[in-house]
Order: sequence, then C-alpha cells, then structure tokens
Amino acid sequence: MIFPLVVDVTLRSGIADPEGATIERALPALGFSGVSHVRAGRTFRFDVEAPDEAAAIELAGALAHRLLSNPVIEDASVRRGDA
Amino acid sequence: MTRIGVVIFPGSNCEYDAASAMRELGATADFVWHTETDLAGYDGVILPGGFAHGDYLRPGALARFSPVMNAIADFAARGGLVLGICNGFQVLTEAGLLPGALQKNKGLTFISGPTPLVVTSTKSVLTRAATLGQRLVIPINHFSGAYTCDDETYESLVAGDRIILRYEANPNGSRGDIAGITNETGNVVGLMPHPERAMSTLLGSADGRILLEGFLGRSLQRVS
Repeated sequence: MIFPLVVDVTLRSGIADPEGATIERALPALGFSGVSHVRAGRTFRFDVEAPDEAAAIELAGALAHRLLSNPVIEDASVRRGDA
Repeated sequence: MTRIGVVIFPGSNCEYDAASAMRELGATADFVWHTETDLAGYDGVILPGGFAHGDYLRPGALARFSPVMNAIADFAARGGLVLGICNGFQVLTEAGLLPGALQKNKGLTFISGPTPLVVTSTKSVLTRAATLGQRLVIPINHFSGAYTCDDETYESLVAGDRIILRYEANPNGSRGDIAGITNETGNVVGLMPHPERAMSTLLGSADGRILLEGFLGRSLQRVS
C-alpha cells in the first residue's frame, strides 16, 4: 500500500529562530496584532510504499531524523498526509 | 613533503584558493573528488568553502553522505589532520565529526568582509603556531555561520579548551562568539573564516598564514 505522509521540521525550543523573529517583527506594520511566538519551519510531503501504516510511519521517522532534520537544532515529526 | 588532499564536492568553490595556499607554504596539494573512498598517503585533508550539493536541505546535509566522508571519519580517527573551512565546517558538523551546528546568521543576511578574531586556544593543529590572545583579521563570507549548540556541548567545549577562535565583535549571532572549534584530540578543526584568503598583505591580510603554517607544522606520522 502507498501512504502519503508529511514531515514537519521545526527548530527545537530554546534555539534562536531569526526567520520567525523577523516575520513576527513585520506583522504589526501589516496591521496584524496579537500574534506572538512565531516559529518558522519546513514541511516535506512524500508517499511511502509499505505493508501497513505503522511501517510507513516508522520509515518516514527514520529518514526525517537521519536526513530531513539536524537533531542538534531541530525536531521532526511525522503525520498523515491525506488531504 | 607534507601531502594535503583538498576535497571537491559538487558546488565547492574555494578549492583552488586552499590548494594554492598549501602549495605556497611548501606542501603538496591534490584534489580529491567526493566519490573517493581512499585517503592513503595523505597527511591532511581540507574541506573547502562553497555550496556543496547546492546547500540544499541544509548546508552540509547532503555532502555528509558523500563516499569520501566515511574515509575522512576513518582518517580523523587515526589522527589525520582535517580542516573544514566555512562550508567545510558545516559539513563536519553535519557529519558529527565536530559538535554543534551552523545556523542562519542572526539578521538573516549574507555577510562578507575582513573580520577580527582572537586566538582563544592553541590546542589544535590550526592554532598551534599562534599565540594565545593573538588578534587575526581574516575574511568571512557566509549566510549560515551562527554556531549553535546545547549548554552541555558548550560547557564541554570550554572545559576541553576546544574553542580555538572567537570573533572580536560577533557578526552572526554565534554562541559565545565562536568562530572555530576543534575535536577532543585537536586534529579535526572547523572554522567559518577563510584563512586561505588571508595569505598576502597585498590582498588585505596575511594573518591566515600563521594558522595554515600551524596546520602543516607538526612532524606528522603519515596515515596509511
């Protein structure tokens, strides 16, 4: 079976996020108020062929931690990708 | 004669400067393609600056899976000299040969220019010929140069006297003003500044020479 999955990569809490901070600083000038704690991240979407969903998620988790994220500064999590 | 291998990844762009600096200091410098798996006969290896594999995903993230990286890990474990400059430093951290990570600069701008550094440890192959507290002006040229690590790693770097160069005025948000670090045994070194571009006062600075002379300086046991 083929399972569409999504990996979200975000900076670990406590790691400075210059991108998120810059976005947050820009918001008031655009008229958005009350928005705080902006964190930037990346999303990867792909399909995994596996016997069942658990196996697909395990494979996605392994590649997320080995390649898609740098565990020194980032967290990665896997979720279902079906829209 | 000391023999140095200068690794070329697709997207490296400082390999000729690095090789030229090595030759000027009396070493032999050969280019080593990223698919090589054998570093026999080399005394040292340089991972030069550039944008290995386009810096896609993260700087160094794809380069660390190049075949040559297994050979470099093995070479480092046997005491070979390993120097990562700029992108090469990023590759060494991604490969786990040096701790921490290089994040996007604070301010999110590409920064470039002569930058004052202070030698804060001489316990590395790169800084062994320099003097503690010595001020060096060496160019930087990077977008992702903010050294980042957790508290435990930072404390172990300090305790082990492994922070070899710090910025006089922090240009990029690096933790502890770190510009360069070394591994526990002092033979693997990474730094964001480019000593190979500071070889002549005619071109702005010759302060890189003391570092690269140190790198070539120790009488070395050839790794076979």
